[in-house]
Amino acid sequence: MEIIQQILFLVALAATVWYITKRVRLITRAIRLGRAENRFDHPDERLKTMLLVAFGQKKMFTNLLVGIMHFVIYAGFLIVNIEVLEIILDGVLGTHRLFAPYITPIYLILIDVFELLAFGVLAVCVIFLCRRFIAKVPRFQEERHREMTRWPRTDAAIILTAEIILMIAFLTWNASDSVLRDRGVGHYAELQGIVPDFLISQFFKPLFSGFSDTGLVAYERTAWWLHILGILSFAVYVTYSKHLHIALGFPNVYFSDLQPKGEMQNMPEITKEVQLALGLPVTTDADGSQTNDNGEQPAEVGRFGAKDVQDLKWINLMNAYSCTECGRCTSACPANITGKKLSPRKIMMDTRDRLEEIQQGWKTNGYDYKDDKSLLNDYITAEELNACTTCQACVNACPININPLDIILQLRRYRVMEESQAPASWNAMFSNIENNMAPWKFSPSDRFNWADQVNEK
Amino acid sequence: MSTTEKTYKVPTMADMAASGEEPEILFWVGCAGSFDDRYKRVTIAFVRILNHVGIKFAVLGPEEACTGDPARRAGNEFLFQMQAMSNIQVLNGYNVKKIVTACPHCFNTLKNEYPELGGNYEVIHHSQFLQGLINEGRVRVKDGQSFKGRRITFHDSCYLGRANKVYEAPRDVLAALDADLVEMKRVRANGLCCGAGGGQYFKEPEPGKKDVNVERVEEALSTGADTIAVACPFCMTMMSDGVKNKNREDSVRVFDISELIAQGQGL
Repeated sequence: MEIIQQILFLVALAATVWYITKRVRLITRAIRLGRAENRFDHPDERLKTMLLVAFGQKKMFTNLLVGIMHFVIYAGFLIVNIEVLEIILDGVLGTHRLFAPYITPIYLILIDVFELLAFGVLAVCVIFLCRRFIAKVPRFQEERHREMTRWPRTDAAIILTAEIILMIAFLTWNASDSVLRDRGVGHYAELQGIVPDFLISQFFKPLFSGFSDTGLVAYERTAWWLHILGILSFAVYVTYSKHLHIALGFPNVYFSDLQPKGEMQNMPEITKEVQLALGLPVTTDADGSQTNDNGEQPAEVGRFGAKDVQDLKWINLMNAYSCTECGRCTSACPANITGKKLSPRKIMMDTRDRLEEIQQGWKTNGYDYKDDKSLLNDYITAEELNACTTCQACVNACPININPLDIILQLRRYRVMEESQAPASWNAMFSNIENNMAPWKFSPSDRFNWADQVNEK
Repeated sequence: MSTTEKTYKVPTMADMAASGEEPEILFWVGCAGSFDDRYKRVTIAFVRILNHVGIKFAVLGPEEACTGDPARRAGNEFLFQMQAMSNIQVLNGYNVKKIVTACPHCFNTLKNEYPELGGNYEVIHHSQFLQGLINEGRVRVKDGQSFKGRRITFHDSCYLGRANKVYEAPRDVLAALDADLVEMKRVRANGLCCGAGGGQYFKEPEPGKKDVNVERVEEALSTGADTIAVACPFCMTMMSDGVKNKNREDSVRVFDISELIAQGQGL
């Protein structure tokens, strides 16, 4: 019986590892569709940002109560998973609480901490479900936000429910195990006198008082299996879900923007053209790549701006996979607040959906597959792009430093420079700047006229 | 207050260069400060303060041109860089080291986006400049209008605040007045945009339930302030229009921080 359990466990573990590896490769390939950009500079500053924003969850504490609740789930996730190490070893070796006899004092403290956190996670998940579905926090509601369709809402419900089930399984497993130990059943007796009752699960023990020994062993095994299989399937599920942020949040923050929020990224390929147009010496590109000063064309002239995900930078695509659709960006967006179609969260969700669509294409047609769709137009419309005030409230609001604005601006560049699709009044503004050196139709020679009024009362 | 007529001067870089001089600082006026009737009054207020303090400054005058910011945000990178490169040629030609501007959009572009194109200057916003003058005791709010009993609320500009984390300077400037400062709900990093940025100023808003400036002005009015202080030409227009939209232009005024200081100084 033991050996069958060990084999089953190994099969489940191997299948999970194999499947997740496959998913990670696919997602990595999707992220690498994006344009190259060096985000390995300033490691000290990046590390510091990651410690503060990702590990320290600094930006989550804008709302203190929610920040604390999220921290409980996050700490629970990180710390309770240490227990998974023992569970996996027990599963593989067919042992029971492998570490208990060796590091007893630490072990007992650890399990108490795990239980406390597990209970915390359980409670917060229940509160979060209530916030979403009973208190109806506005940013999660479809009536207010059209991107909150059936799947994102179901996804959220699945994640929270799964975590609740996992925590219940963990706590009742410990409780049934304690009862078995008290009764001295089989191998459970071995830890009698070594392992006492635990902090939280002791209160669940009365639930099992009516169980027969066989029933109790059955429950203990079921709860153990439910817990570990739950964790393994949850890990697989996460790769399909918005909940991928639990893994990608960390690198995403590490690689996040370091420049001031108001700074737009330069386009060196245009710098060169402008230098040629103005008769200035052509300098080396800002990114250090070679430009020639004898007027030769570079090997490849890419698109100006972005039409599809391939034109975006890899970090934009990692942003999309890291987004957990919390909607803080959208709640802060002045365009969205005043009823415009633009929603920064939707920009991120669209980018990820487009990447998922390309992945589906790869599955059936191979990696060279190209369809005739694009992020611009098929997912994100001109009306959304044109509504952005570039105020950076979305960038500021994101707890993990995602930058929806960067995507919006790259798509705008494509529309204006490749398709000449700017709104008519923008075209007028462009021509005013070009001809009159100001966005309005004033004569440049009148520019200094204001000085005549400086002594008027 | 002295009753003798003051004469304010506005030297240009060309004048200075002709007489072999270099100013301490270049005042970058910006398009709105040059052409917009309302914002010209801000330019004039700031120039009067500069004169009053006796700072050796200059402007580019007719040699100034749009930084290219609205073109860049709207997606026209080519036009932006044409503007930037031409401006940088002019600025470097005059050996400019330090720039002050009353426009957060010019400020952000000159400060953050010109260096990569060869324009490296120390750039400060006029709120920071005024803050410095007040801290050094060179600007004292006296002789002029009293602000006692007035309630002022400051509207953060995106390109000053979030974009460049300048939150304290304009507030410190306002604190020099003997007025009550009241804050709106969404301030500093969480400040709500006036609705003008990203090229919105130059087009009709997209379809929606409400205009952004109205949303923001409602918030400003809810503080009970009689004065909305701004530090950006576009915020100035948007907030003024919003106040008109709410039919409150008789009781609520919109001023730039430098205008308030100039009023306090009787300039």
